[in-house]
Amino acid sequence: MSLFDPGLNLSAYYPGTLPPEWPGGYWIHWGVFVVIILAFVLLMAMGFIWLERREVGRFQARLGPNRVGPFGVLQPVADAIKILTKEDIIPAKGDKLVYWLAPVVAFVPVLMVFAVVPFQDGALLADLNIGILYVVAISSVSIVGVFMAGWSSNNKYSLLGAMRAVSQLVSYEIPLGLSILGVVVLAGSLSLNSIVEAQHIPFILLQPLGFLIYMAAAAAEINRTPFDLLEADSEIVAGFHTEYSGMKFALFYLVEYCEVLAVSVIVTTLFLAGWKGPLLPPLLWFLIKVFGVFTVIVWVRATVPRLRVDQVMAFAWKCLLPLALINLLITGIQVLVWPEVLPWAVVFLNLAIMVVLILLWSKFFKLGGGRVEV
Amino acid sequence: MVIKTEPFVVNIGPAHPSTHGVFRMRATLDGEVVLDIEPVFGYLHRGIEKLAEERTYTQIIPLTDRLDYLASMSNNLAYVLTVEKLAGIAVPERAEYLRVIMAELQRIASHLIGVGAFLNDCGAFMTPILYMIREREKILDLFEMVCGQRLTYNYMRIGGVSHDIPEEFLPALKKFVDRMPGFIDEYDQLLQENEILLARSKGVGILSREQAINISASGPVLRASGVKWDIRKVDPYSIYDRFGFEIPTGSAGDCYDRYRVRVEEMRQSVRILKQAVEKLPAGGVRSEVSHLVRPPAGEAYGHIEAPKGELGFYLVSDNSIAPYRFHVRAPSLLNLTALREMVVGWKVADVLAIFGSIDICMGEVDR
Amino acid sequence: MKFERYGAGIAKGMLVTLKHLFRHPVTTQYPEERLTVSRRTRGNELIWDRERCTGCATCAKSCPQGAIRIVTSRGEENDYIVEEFRVDSGYCIFCGLCVESCPYEALFMGYGYERARYRRRELVLNKEELLVSEKKQPSGYARPKVEATLPPQTLLLDRNGVKK
Repeated sequence: MSLFDPGLNLSAYYPGTLPPEWPGGYWIHWGVFVVIILAFVLLMAMGFIWLERREVGRFQARLGPNRVGPFGVLQPVADAIKILTKEDIIPAKGDKLVYWLAPVVAFVPVLMVFAVVPFQDGALLADLNIGILYVVAISSVSIVGVFMAGWSSNNKYSLLGAMRAVSQLVSYEIPLGLSILGVVVLAGSLSLNSIVEAQHIPFILLQPLGFLIYMAAAAAEINRTPFDLLEADSEIVAGFHTEYSGMKFALFYLVEYCEVLAVSVIVTTLFLAGWKGPLLPPLLWFLIKVFGVFTVIVWVRATVPRLRVDQVMAFAWKCLLPLALINLLITGIQVLVWPEVLPWAVVFLNLAIMVVLILLWSKFFKLGGGRVEV
Repeated sequence: MVIKTEPFVVNIGPAHPSTHGVFRMRATLDGEVVLDIEPVFGYLHRGIEKLAEERTYTQIIPLTDRLDYLASMSNNLAYVLTVEKLAGIAVPERAEYLRVIMAELQRIASHLIGVGAFLNDCGAFMTPILYMIREREKILDLFEMVCGQRLTYNYMRIGGVSHDIPEEFLPALKKFVDRMPGFIDEYDQLLQENEILLARSKGVGILSREQAINISASGPVLRASGVKWDIRKVDPYSIYDRFGFEIPTGSAGDCYDRYRVRVEEMRQSVRILKQAVEKLPAGGVRSEVSHLVRPPAGEAYGHIEAPKGELGFYLVSDNSIAPYRFHVRAPSLLNLTALREMVVGWKVADVLAIFGSIDICMGEVDR
Repeated sequence: MKFERYGAGIAKGMLVTLKHLFRHPVTTQYPEERLTVSRRTRGNELIWDRERCTGCATCAKSCPQGAIRIVTSRGEENDYIVEEFRVDSGYCIFCGLCVESCPYEALFMGYGYERARYRRRELVLNKEELLVSEKKQPSGYARPKVEATLPPQTLLLDRNGVKK
């Protein structure tokens, strides 16, 4: 079976359409992978909940949860049981259909992102040849879910949170797409499998600026510190999901962790060379890299304060967008002019350009407005 | 086509994760910009001033613990100084040194919570406040060694302090004083130059010098606006004129300056502690005063530099065992009157950052 | 509001948090490990010594809350017999003024702190419940002789080398 034989390169033969030699053909392949993806996502999301709480605890000189099961491993299970036994409250004057649909609209696109991610060489649900474009497009749909949640709650805080959410999420889509384009230009294809194939040295070395821009834009897309003003506990209680309880709240909570998982997986595939690595089996490398990226995201969360909403917008439009465009320009020039040059010279050149650009931008742009005359 | 908009009123309510205690603000917002803010407090009113009229002078000391419950030693000290001023009672030398040691330790503990809560309000997810609580626990251990409690100490008495220190106190205090500057440096490395904190707090919530003097602000709020006024230097009480220390002042009067003033005050307190530990004399710790003190008829106002500002007690006595009138000049209440001017024109997120930087304690505001 | 320090401030902060990842946590697991409280702790209970008490009621007079109620009757050798000595420990604020003011050293603060009860009426302690027992030990607050027999306090300064 092609799944367990990493040497066989399938996508060279069948780019994007039916996988070969599966008895029963397409539908068995689809069924097996759907089960694998669902199991992977849900288990890893629960694992991430546990891991985040333990890691944030260690960063703060304390232990995380350690009572429920050995090392607190069953804590997400306890959380799930608690959430399921809560009463499902629906605001009386809110729009009931929209209220019911919002968590669904927010959750399903996140799950669909995992269909194009390569876990091993050729092991994906569907090797679309527009892989990364599909990912960016689908993950924009969950913004609609967030806004529906805020609107239908009939609550001023929720509406405030939803407005902030829409403005933030929409503005960060652009640097996100542009930083991905740098990688696409280097790899020559939009399909995620081909991008991993093309990484003889990981793209993080060839595109350091692109990596930083992508991490910042993705952190903003998934509402993580320093951009987590949507659910800032100290300001507007809980933002757009203030009025949700029970299973609907569980879906929003799960959306947050599945989005972190999706971003970690995409960063691993695009920048860290996916499943490639010397000694261990490819699946293990994949998991190690995903956990590494997640640890960095948690580390940033534990240290850094939160930005204000106008500062967030200024950061996206005035800082990330021009830098992403310049990055794309430079990558394009390099690919056209020097396709045969040793990759290491280009690495140092790109690092130097990144340092210069960051210094230049920090000196000259202003982060957000000041006081408004009332 | 012009879209009609109107401002709406949002209640940042009494039970909120980051109003320091039960405090309610009714904010009129136009989008994200705050047009007007109306503070509503009184949720923690316990009638301390009336209760004090029915208790003897010694029995009021545990009552003053509960005014600013994060800095109880300072409250005790201010009250006891006022009664001694009213009744003309002298205090032995060792008791004066012990009082200074306790007051400065309490200043460090209160500023740790004040700075930590401000950073928490700016969004740093509990990491700085947990580090600071770790240090505060060390101070509370020292207090527990001396008087048995960790929050409401009831340590000062009229005429001295209640008990002498045990013999393991001084070595532990020396260890703490040696290590504390290292911890303050660690906090500085964590967040002093953090760009996001600078963007959130520099230039935000400016209280100008004239405004600060006009509303009778005091404490770090006043000093961050550029006024060099500290009661320990201007009107020295107890034995503060024997110690060498400086008064940190800011220049701009924004949230960042208030944060820096508090951190620098912690460093100066460590300096005073070092000097006090070296010069501690031997002797008694309490002069002979009966439990039922009867000061002569008259009035007195005694004030100290508490961590939150100028804490003053106004006592009127009519030569009986209980005061005739007991009034508290609470620094947090007066500093809070500046909230509206500082906040108007900024955004919702800044309201909480500015409110956290004033550092109030609702026990004092409502008493 | 420029982006001063070019991102170095954030990097320095993240180094501090990284250092903490490799240090020992400072928390204690409560029911399994308990720290020794101070020798002068003003714990959650009051202890009464029946032999030394003369029924003078100085403690009741010095309580700010009025939580102590004493009823005595005249005995044969011109002294008081204490009939009722009742402390409402739900109303008491554990300030220790009663213990300080007792002239015969007949009242002690307790050493324990785990006296939670399910019913409020169980917090009112009468003569029998106020006596010393294995579960109720006196603390050394204002009683130097008792203080000398108790173990020293565990300090956070000494535990788990969190170095500078």
